[in-house]
Amino acid sequence: MKTNDVILQTATKVVLFLIVLFSVYIFFAGHYTPGGGFVGGLLTSGAIILLLLAFDMKTVEKILPVNYMYMIAAGLLFAIGTGAGALLFNVPFLTHAFTDVDLPILGHLSLHTAALFDLGVFLVVVGVTMIIIKTIGEDD
Amino acid sequence: MNEIANIIIIVLIILGAFLSLVAAYGVIRLPDVYTRNHAASKSATLGVMSILLGALLFFYVKDGFFNSRVLLGIIFIFMTSPVAGHLIARAAYNSGVELWDKSVQDDLKDAPHMKKAGSKEQS
Repeated sequence: MKTNDVILQTATKVVLFLIVLFSVYIFFAGHYTPGGGFVGGLLTSGAIILLLLAFDMKTVEKILPVNYMYMIAAGLLFAIGTGAGALLFNVPFLTHAFTDVDLPILGHLSLHTAALFDLGVFLVVVGVTMIIIKTIGEDD
Repeated sequence: MNEIANIIIIVLIILGAFLSLVAAYGVIRLPDVYTRNHAASKSATLGVMSILLGALLFFYVKDGFFNSRVLLGIIFIFMTSPVAGHLIARAAYNSGVELWDKSVQDDLKDAPHMKKAGSKEQS
């Protein structure tokens, strides 16, 4: 029986942007408010899972041609890179640096290397969740 | 000004709680899946939306803090909750859940794809 999922698919197309926007917000707001890499990663993978529910797996792979194994590796590399980068400046492992920058367009920015560590956490969480879901979903 | 805002907030939150109670009561009292789904998805959506609107107004009046996440939550619930209700009802109908025995109209029974599904279930 061929079913018609037009309501679910249209709602997904609208809602997906809200979820991804909210996950990016939670990721960047993690330093001062509740949130961070873990919750942001889970929300992003939730958005991708919503896509998987509304469309089939091949369509989603065409929309997001991402190998999640490489995503985990890149996340771990970010985490260990921010840790090992401290060794170059003769300070202990995982020492983080903090600066305030005034950029012409973006304005006053507080940049912290912990955000890069958080980006690693984000990538690993998205990769692990998507690999778990996809390997369970693939065997028919 | 502040008193009027307080009254509006109180009315919104109590109305939302009352509507959620109506939704729970409807889920208990109504006879079949479709009517229960109707009660739960409509009434609870408006109830949660008015509670969230009350919370938004409360923090705006008290602290002058406009929490855009709550506004996003209102929009999100307004968009997704009816879709969820529709999907639940459709899944129930497609898996052959019976209507209430006193219901008189079933327009989907004559739809072409439903006939095929019915015959597939019987065979």
